[in-house]
Amino acid sequence: MPSADPPLVEARGLARRYGAVRALAGVDLTLRRGEVLLVLGPNGAGKSTLLRSLAGLLRPTAGTVAIDGRLLTREDPDARRPIGLLSHQSLLYDELTLMENLVLAGTLYDLPDPPALARAALAAQGLAQRADDRPRSLSRGMQQRAAIARALLHDPALLLLDEPFTGLDAVAGDRLRELLREHCTEGRGMVIVTHHAGEAWELATRVGVLLQGRWAFESPRPSDMAEFHRTYQELARG
Amino acid sequence: MGRMLRLVFAIAGKDIRLELRTRTSLLSAAVFAALMLVVFNFARDPTAVATLDLAPSVLWVTVSFASVVAMNRAFTVERENAAFDGLLLAPVSRELLYVGKYLANLAFVLVVEAITLPLFVLFFNLDLGGAFPPLVLTLLLATAGFVAVGTLFSAMVAKTRFAELMLPILLLPFMVPPLIYAVKVTVPLLARRPLSEVIPGLNFLAVYDVVFLTLAILLFPAVVDE
Repeated sequence: MPSADPPLVEARGLARRYGAVRALAGVDLTLRRGEVLLVLGPNGAGKSTLLRSLAGLLRPTAGTVAIDGRLLTREDPDARRPIGLLSHQSLLYDELTLMENLVLAGTLYDLPDPPALARAALAAQGLAQRADDRPRSLSRGMQQRAAIARALLHDPALLLLDEPFTGLDAVAGDRLRELLREHCTEGRGMVIVTHHAGEAWELATRVGVLLQGRWAFESPRPSDMAEFHRTYQELARG
Repeated sequence: MGRMLRLVFAIAGKDIRLELRTRTSLLSAAVFAALMLVVFNFARDPTAVATLDLAPSVLWVTVSFASVVAMNRAFTVERENAAFDGLLLAPVSRELLYVGKYLANLAFVLVVEAITLPLFVLFFNLDLGGAFPPLVLTLLLATAGFVAVGTLFSAMVAKTRFAELMLPILLLPFMVPPLIYAVKVTVPLLARRPLSEVIPGLNFLAVYDVVFLTLAILLFPAVVDE
């Protein structure tokens, strides 16, 4: 039974091994509505593993994840409903048109009138004219906008972003930042995984640094990014 | 129930639409089946081995290998743009996801068989007559079973580097029991012997379907959850 006002994300003791490699080693995370957590760390620190665990795409070796008060388990697929995922991969089928991709997503989320919602979502991303085109015929920036339309189609309360700025030019990056700023209202939350703090610094309300599968730093966003950057470099060097 | 059916058909419909756009699996499997039948037709010596002795084995060898070709693509299409993550992320149970993929695979293999069967009859100059309906039933029952296993293994090997090589290695041993019984049923059917002779074989195929479809549905979540 969900509690009265549960955190949007509550992860406890998350651990994950890949054979002998320990990707996550007991990570706790609480994210409330309106918060944006920026997760940084060098390659292999466990950032993507953490994100995939929060999305329910990866089964942790130990620990639990609850989204909006509901534990993510195999037996409760509906617990994944509040989650949206945006990564540097579009999650779109290349052989389906943008419209078909979004209608499929709308059907899987059991949304009312998926074609109308799909049209509106594409229009919101400036892709109304490309609705009948296939993703592979679009530029990288347009593909990312189509991926955003898909990720936001069901109006997720929690948006998980895995390196969302990868491959985007400056204009497309700014556009994405603006869109994320608009998306993150009081009722929603975001976890953004990236290598470069500057890409999403202004969006973040909290910053975490993962090193060897553990939090090496986790606090409200420091006011001075340059100062934080020096701290981060020291942490990463060990 | 209505929602479950809608989800299953959305997933199966998506796979069928993808296949109709590319025709990769169907075309390669159908060409493969036709080539096998041509080779068997010209390689056999009708004076040495009677057609009725050889035909059932040829039919099932052709169907089994063509099915593996058709099923190979079931999960490799999901790797493009990490599209499978989109399915796994949706509030849809893994079991329904399996059933959707299974139905699409079943449709592909049945289409390949629908192309193979007339070619088989033509090349072997067979008069099926009254044997046609029970032969179709045999094809349906055998196919339903090995497609159940094939869909599970296809998901299992999709993330490996040699998915197209691994699928037949894993699947063929599990195809042996239904293939043996399918051949055992086809022999008396083509020889126009009484239907009572084929009932035990058909029963075995039906039991195989129920057992392996149930096992595959139960095991699929563990296979796709990393």
